[in-house]
Amino acid sequence: MQLTINGQIKDLAVQDNMLLIEVIRDQLQLTGTHNGCDTTQCGCCTVLMDQVAVKSCTILARQAEGSSIQTIEGLAGSQLHPVQEAFSQEHGLQCGYCTPGMIMSTVYLLQRYPNPTDDQIKEGLAGNICRCTGYVNIIKAVKSAAKKIQEAKV
Amino acid sequence: MNTFQFHSTKTIQLAKDTFTTNENAKFLSGGMTLLPSMKHGLIQPNHLIDLSKIPELQVLEESNEFLTIGAATKHDTVASLPLVQSAISGLAYLASQIGDPQVRMRGTIGGSLANNDPAADYPAAALALKAQIVTDRRVIAADEFFTGFYSTALEEGEVITQIKFSKPIKSAYIKFKQAASGYALAGVFIALYANQEVRVAVTGVASGVFRWEEAERAFLGSEMKPDLQRDDVISDLHAPSAYRINIAQVLFKKAAQQIKNNS
Repeated sequence: MQLTINGQIKDLAVQDNMLLIEVIRDQLQLTGTHNGCDTTQCGCCTVLMDQVAVKSCTILARQAEGSSIQTIEGLAGSQLHPVQEAFSQEHGLQCGYCTPGMIMSTVYLLQRYPNPTDDQIKEGLAGNICRCTGYVNIIKAVKSAAKKIQEAKV
Repeated sequence: MNTFQFHSTKTIQLAKDTFTTNENAKFLSGGMTLLPSMKHGLIQPNHLIDLSKIPELQVLEESNEFLTIGAATKHDTVASLPLVQSAISGLAYLASQIGDPQVRMRGTIGGSLANNDPAADYPAAALALKAQIVTDRRVIAADEFFTGFYSTALEEGEVITQIKFSKPIKSAYIKFKQAASGYALAGVFIALYANQEVRVAVTGVASGVFRWEEAERAFLGSEMKPDLQRDDVISDLHAPSAYRINIAQVLFKKAAQQIKNNS
């Protein structure tokens, strides 16, 4: 089956019972997408599928056939993506395990709400769990990222 | 997960044919319940038939009387479309409270209704809003559709195609989330129709969604704490039955006030 991954078209041989995350991590070796709970709760496996945030541990690879997937590896160009930069500067991570998912959800959140309120951030990241409980700085990072993206547009 | 064959289908007819010709087949919509159940080995189908790319299941239509939503419509679509928000605000709000953002991008209204989880949100909307569940072979009234704990009137191989909601004058849904899962510890949907017809549906509290007739009568009077007596109220580690009943009473009062204040 065909999948576009971080802008590159790939022809992949997948078994029907393989999950999208298994293809991303094991076949494509893109291990930035993390498998946390494997039960659709923690959000560490969040990727963008046709530009919306989804949990790749609860999608069969075959369900994603023909779609365009963006993972954490696909964000940075020659420089970090503004959301990555903001998470780094605002210490929006401690152990870092949840961070790829947090960042992918934030990228989607800021597409939908370029200037989000605290409530929109909390609601937008409700599907991502940080077991270090570093939420205060994560919210700061999202706001800082929003500002960076707005400024870059001017 | 066990091994199985995946079938992508583009029409309902093809999906039905694939179901008939293959043993131990299951329909797959958003997969937000089915895939976790398969990971746990609770269900081990030999064939999965993907319904999510069938155009007939994606409709969204409004008439004077009804709002019709295709079965494969995602929660996020129901939550965010202005058409739904203006036609049945309580339904759009309910969809916005399901799961989390990523789950709402995948989960579908038809899948939720067919699964009939006792703590799912959509069954409350369907029952309160006099929904007609349209399938590939007939139309089932919501009053007959939900038949108890994870069970529905659907026959083997029957596919929900659309849900036709009767547009109310006003509607409101309030749920008290179970903190970890986001499922309803209790959820109350009130729909108000012409000629003082009120329908109140409750989810999360008993073995399946139910209409709360004491609350329907109470809505029209001044009593704001209607009785709730059933022999199947859930009592588990999250909440004993008395607590669930109390929460339902509180949510009813809040939802009723929301409707009355908003006139």
